[in-house]
Amino acid sequence: MQDTVKEDDILLEVRNISLSFGGVRALENISFDIRKGEVRAIIGPNGAGKSSMLNVINGFYHPQEGEIWFDGKRRHHMKPHQVAKLGIARTFQNIALFKGMSTLDNLMTGRYIKMRANLFSQMVWVGPAQREEVEHRQRVEEIIDFLKIQSIRKTPVGKLPYGMQKRVELGRALAAESKLLLLDEPMAGMNLEEKEDMCRFVLDVNEQFGTTIALIEHDMGVVMDISNRVVVLDYGKKLADGSPDEVRNNEKVIDAYLGVSHD
Amino acid sequence: MNDTFPKLLIQNAHKFSDRPAIREKDLGIWQTWSWQEMHDEILDFANGLASLGFKRGDKLAIIGTNRPRLYWGICAAQCLGGIPVPVYADSVAEELRYVLDHAEASIVLAEDQEQVDKVLEVKQDVSHVTDIVYDDTRGLKDYPEPFLHDFAEVQERGRKYQKQHPDFLKQEIEKGQGGDTAIILYTSGTTGKPKGVVLTHDNVRVTSLNSAREDKLTEKEDMLSYLPLAWVGDHIFSYGQAYVTGMCSNCPESQATVHWDIREIGPTYYFAPPRVFEQLLTNVMIRMEDASPLKQRLFHYFMKVAKRYGTNILDGNPVPLVDRITYKLGDMLVYAPLKNTMGFSRIRVAYTAGEAIGPEIFDFFRSLGVNIKQLYGQTEAAVFITAQPDGEVYADTVGKPSPEVEVKITDDGEVIYKSPGVFQCYYKNDEATRETKNEEGWVMTGDAGYFDNKGHLKIIDRAKDVGKLKNGALFAPKYIENKLKFFPEIKEVVALGRDMDYVSAILNIDIDAVGNWAERNNIPYSSYQELAAQARVYEMIKANIEQVNRDLSEDPVLSDCQVHRFLILHKELDADDGELTRTRKVRRRIIAEKYETLINAFYSDAARCQVSTEVTFEDGKKGTIDGDIRIENAETYKPLKAAI
Repeated sequence: MQDTVKEDDILLEVRNISLSFGGVRALENISFDIRKGEVRAIIGPNGAGKSSMLNVINGFYHPQEGEIWFDGKRRHHMKPHQVAKLGIARTFQNIALFKGMSTLDNLMTGRYIKMRANLFSQMVWVGPAQREEVEHRQRVEEIIDFLKIQSIRKTPVGKLPYGMQKRVELGRALAAESKLLLLDEPMAGMNLEEKEDMCRFVLDVNEQFGTTIALIEHDMGVVMDISNRVVVLDYGKKLADGSPDEVRNNEKVIDAYLGVSHD
Repeated sequence: MNDTFPKLLIQNAHKFSDRPAIREKDLGIWQTWSWQEMHDEILDFANGLASLGFKRGDKLAIIGTNRPRLYWGICAAQCLGGIPVPVYADSVAEELRYVLDHAEASIVLAEDQEQVDKVLEVKQDVSHVTDIVYDDTRGLKDYPEPFLHDFAEVQERGRKYQKQHPDFLKQEIEKGQGGDTAIILYTSGTTGKPKGVVLTHDNVRVTSLNSAREDKLTEKEDMLSYLPLAWVGDHIFSYGQAYVTGMCSNCPESQATVHWDIREIGPTYYFAPPRVFEQLLTNVMIRMEDASPLKQRLFHYFMKVAKRYGTNILDGNPVPLVDRITYKLGDMLVYAPLKNTMGFSRIRVAYTAGEAIGPEIFDFFRSLGVNIKQLYGQTEAAVFITAQPDGEVYADTVGKPSPEVEVKITDDGEVIYKSPGVFQCYYKNDEATRETKNEEGWVMTGDAGYFDNKGHLKIIDRAKDVGKLKNGALFAPKYIENKLKFFPEIKEVVALGRDMDYVSAILNIDIDAVGNWAERNNIPYSSYQELAAQARVYEMIKANIEQVNRDLSEDPVLSDCQVHRFLILHKELDADDGELTRTRKVRRRIIAEKYETLINAFYSDAARCQVSTEVTFEDGKKGTIDGDIRIENAETYKPLKAAI
């Protein structure tokens, strides 16, 4: 966690977001902000609207009401690839990698939005296109080194164990060199050792690259350990927002999420 | 005279200036440093160490995997007359604390955050440590400790120090003598605390030089540096021999990528323990089973050819021209591609040591044209005691004494040696030094062995396990057991015979191998006990034992160790029942107590024996297994020496 997070230095702010699918209210009047350089967790029980929130930030869903401010500017109706260009990258709850491609190629796809050469010069692969690819490859190799995945550089991703695939997915998101990284349950389905590794990597990304991270996670231990601030959702509504300690001691959160006896 | 490694470094920087000295795969690309570049890097770092107050006699502990900068640390410390002390990268904090404390290290060179964290954990207990230098900066930027330094930053300080004291380092290097301590290597030691073996520049340099001459190593060799830095083998192969010959060490990207990296480098000089070769052979066999029928037929056909002629061709023995041509064809179609997948295409010399290697594994690689040889060495000898010369390679010996090494066998059968590589002492442990090395410089190996009629040393067992039969002949239980265990059908063996008339053996069959065989031969069985009692299983095992007996009969020293009587035990020896250690070593004393009735039956005329054994199930409950076990006699052979 960075000590350099400044309270008034807001990277992303959502204001009064409401999202519904037909009659289902997925999100109701949600507002919170993400500060530059922090690790921000979004938690809540199943169906609370966590992934929907991420999809809204990501530009995949468009809320009926509310505003999104990113980097001091109000964001209008945008498609996911436009949002990606703005500097928001993400990983998915169910791994969404190209299974037949190698780790290296998957990471290279993460560089796509940074590539400038046009299709033709990439086909001929001379001059600028070649130089550009070398530059991108260099960056990708640094990520491979960072995530310690040298031994699977050329292995097709589909052959890798689950925990490794998650790591590759994080790598691809890193390759985009985004300002904001959205992680949708990065530790779901992992064993303890894999979780510890992943935590280490998330913190290292935050520290080394200064990337702001917003993550959804079910494992409360993980959330409380690595995040600066936590926002709690339940049935599409915001229950609480604050530091891990504040959230942990919030009555409503305890009732709704951490569980009380039902008597 | 260039009698120290820093002096050799300066010589090599002139002699081989642009030739590669060390490579490391970083960010997916092999980075190379020439001798001149490496010389500059090391001198900068040495000056940097001096600026941190490191001086003659001080110890530099080095912890991490095979990274160029860690190898440079070794030489840099030596430049200043200091003593490098490498520590195994996987040591836990407690082991690290012991070595740092015992060696009185003043500066620690650590590979990365993981190692730095370990050093910080134990730092308050080890008062001598003043500074920590790290190679990989990742994650360490925000550590507040003022005594933590980045390697590059220390080199930068070194360059400044050099400007202020232009002749200092040169003079320090000049002061170094061949008899100075070059390194302290801590041996892991199965019992008690690790011991620090003190080796001088002469110890390391002369053994390296002698062995390099023996194998005609030149500056053109490439070797893969992937074994622990703190192990004497790596110190000789990647450092000692590299400096005396000018060859290039190649550091793999990480431990997990070694088998890709070796393909890219294609080393010409290579070392691996037997299990690595074993694993490679298994991988090849498994992958061949998935290959297309045509490829399988090609493979099997040409492997037969290789088996018949390959070793002879490698040893330079006469082989008919037609067969040479067939072998050449096999090389084009099978052996060369196979060697390429394993990264063995360019190998001139490969060594294996540490334990017995199965003859079929050994022959497999040799028949492909990979020149694997065995050597026998110890930290206390700066590795080389014996090695197999080209053309005289056998699966069951460890070769002839290396140049300038004298090897003798004591009356008790223990191997002792004297050589230019003999260590000075165990650091701060005179008692252990006296126990191992006598006044005249002979060192006890603790191994029992003998010279065969070709003048090759054969190691048979740990000296303390070797006994005598009643007639006074040597009895080496582990040697017999290992020979029997090379058969896939036999899983465990306990050889008995100390102070008895003859040798007998208790065996366990390998349920997978024998079970598979039983299925193919329509032999029904429902349990291990039932399978073990099958007459045809007994026949098969008997044939194996007789094969071993035939081999032993040709052995001048161990011909009395032929197995006269054996039985296949009704249960598998198990660590839960205390019969084996957790690392699957036989506990002789417990077995002797537990199976006393069986052992008595061995040395009577009984053909059967009734036993009832207590067993512990996995949930901790106890039960008994009863069995009526057959004892079978095996054919023994007249010793060859008596026949002549």
